[in-house]
Amino acid sequence: MAIDEEAGGQPGTDQPRMGFFTDTSVCIGCKACEVACKEWNMIPEDGLDFTAMSFDNSGGLGADTWRHVAFVEQREPLGYQETGVGRPEGEPVDLGMPSFERPGDSTGADERGEFRWLMSSDVCKHCTSAACLDVCPTGALFRTEYGTVVVQEDICNGCGYCVPACPYGVIDKRADDGRVWKCTLCYDRLGDGLEPACAKACPTDSIQFGNLDELRERANERVRDLHDAGVSSARLYGDDPQDGVGGAGAFFLLLDEPEVYGLPPDPVVTTRDLPSMWRYAGIAAATLLAGVSATFLGRRRR
Amino acid sequence: MSTSDVTPQGVQGERPGREAVTGSAAVLDGDRHRAPEHARSSGTQEVSETEFRSYYGQPILNQIVWEGRDIAGYLFLGGLAGASSGLAAGAELTGRPDLARPLKYTALGAVSGSLVALVHDLGRPARFLNMLRVFRPTSPMNMGSWLLAGYGPMAGAAAVTGATGLFPRIGRAATVGAGVVGPAVAAYTAPLICDTAVPAWHEGYREMPFVFVGSAAAASGGMGMLTAPLGQAAPARRAAVFGSALETAAVARMERRLGMVAEPYQSGRGGALMRTAKALTLAGAAGALLSGRSRVLSAASGAALLAGSACTRFGIFKAGVQSAADPKYTVVPQRQRLREKNGEQEEEGAN
Repeated sequence: MAIDEEAGGQPGTDQPRMGFFTDTSVCIGCKACEVACKEWNMIPEDGLDFTAMSFDNSGGLGADTWRHVAFVEQREPLGYQETGVGRPEGEPVDLGMPSFERPGDSTGADERGEFRWLMSSDVCKHCTSAACLDVCPTGALFRTEYGTVVVQEDICNGCGYCVPACPYGVIDKRADDGRVWKCTLCYDRLGDGLEPACAKACPTDSIQFGNLDELRERANERVRDLHDAGVSSARLYGDDPQDGVGGAGAFFLLLDEPEVYGLPPDPVVTTRDLPSMWRYAGIAAATLLAGVSATFLGRRRR
Repeated sequence: MSTSDVTPQGVQGERPGREAVTGSAAVLDGDRHRAPEHARSSGTQEVSETEFRSYYGQPILNQIVWEGRDIAGYLFLGGLAGASSGLAAGAELTGRPDLARPLKYTALGAVSGSLVALVHDLGRPARFLNMLRVFRPTSPMNMGSWLLAGYGPMAGAAAVTGATGLFPRIGRAATVGAGVVGPAVAAYTAPLICDTAVPAWHEGYREMPFVFVGSAAAASGGMGMLTAPLGQAAPARRAAVFGSALETAAVARMERRLGMVAEPYQSGRGGALMRTAKALTLAGAAGALLSGRSRVLSAASGAALLAGSACTRFGIFKAGVQSAADPKYTVVPQRQRLREKNGEQEEEGAN
């Protein structure tokens, strides 16, 4: 059920395919997207549990987390934290509070730590070839006129097949409800000409919403700028229509390898191998039929 | 250096000298508590098979939401039903009514049980019939629903007419029909689980159907040995030996081909279940070869084969859960694939 990459969102109409470009290099980890998403889509509260590893308190995408901000702490000199901005003139009085001083400033260069935070707002990728949609046995998941993938909540019977089918670990089952839920790219807002809640709330334009072709151009320009500025680790993720899911409707600019952000490095839509799977299953079924028939061959002893 | 990493396991060692190149991702390790120390100090892009990076060791995939009892039970019962129908049809056509009858009951009981398990596992059981709302070859679960909708009534008619003696011609047609469709019911569950992103399942899609039909044949053979008199159970014994051999060979081949992705089949609960399954299946097959004269040995071997088949399905299910829970099985093979892809591109560029 992949859509035609060239034709855009809906074949036969001039509605272009819409999507997200998430530029993680300007994400400040404010989690406004998470909050806006929860508010607009009326997603139930699901706990604020720190992972004990970082400032991440939503863990990952799931039935009740449709935007998830990852916090990656790394020992890396690039992109040091500008904590001194706005400090008053003169020597501050030590109140015993967490200081504005950069780590290691007073101890000298030898003792100074190297540290950076990578923050990234993850979301459903709205794949061109969407495994969740392909394996759905009820047709509850469908492709909208914007080229996005949405669950029809009045049809989903909670079989849970789409959950392990998603190569990114996005869609999930809500325990007390029995159905699966995920990002709809604010299908209801799009119909009214509004941008999705997360993109609207993002204060740094890390989340950009728009026509997918335009977003790709903008993203390529941004990568060139970052490379020119010496940030050689900047790379796009999910923008390539030749990749395993035929290109994602929500793609990212990352500053490290995808797996560091909890993203699969080379995801492939699981149904790509399905014709082959049916073939092997057919041969196996024939083998069973032949094997069982063969047990009745030969002379009867009785 | 004074810097160190605070992890749930405590403070982890100091960092070696500062060799980081600004902006380069290659010298870093996002998954610090897992990667060995030398990988960082070597500063090269060489990554061995088991070294990988991740988001604090968190899984990439969302965990399978199916209940083991329901879905592994469904895989077992579906296989038992399908292969039993095949065996029952053969027994009926070759004049072995005492073998055919219990196998027909088994098929009806197992397919009913599997249907109950399937519906019970739904988040909204009342919407079960939505499965038949569309016809979608890209969804093995949808195809399976249609298959069961065709197979179930035939297995039912075969069992009911067999029990009552009514409508013998319809009964025979249903018996043969169920016998022909049965193997498809036993085999389709392999694409059902392989058509997911779970590495241990997806990567094994070539061998999995053979594991499943082998396990199904062993279970139905076991059921025949358990229920039919010795004189008529010879085909059941042969089916048990055939199924056990096929299953054991297919599992061995799958584990060899998958390499590190097959680890969940060898370790943890999944591994323990798979080893138990192998022992029970081989013991049952040996019993099947020797039990031509002993009713007790035949019944015991049959029970071992049934238990072995159930253990295989639960083991494969558990292995899938373990495989989805560890980002290693997602990241390492995909990295490997990317390296191979890039290597090919470089070769093409050189030519």
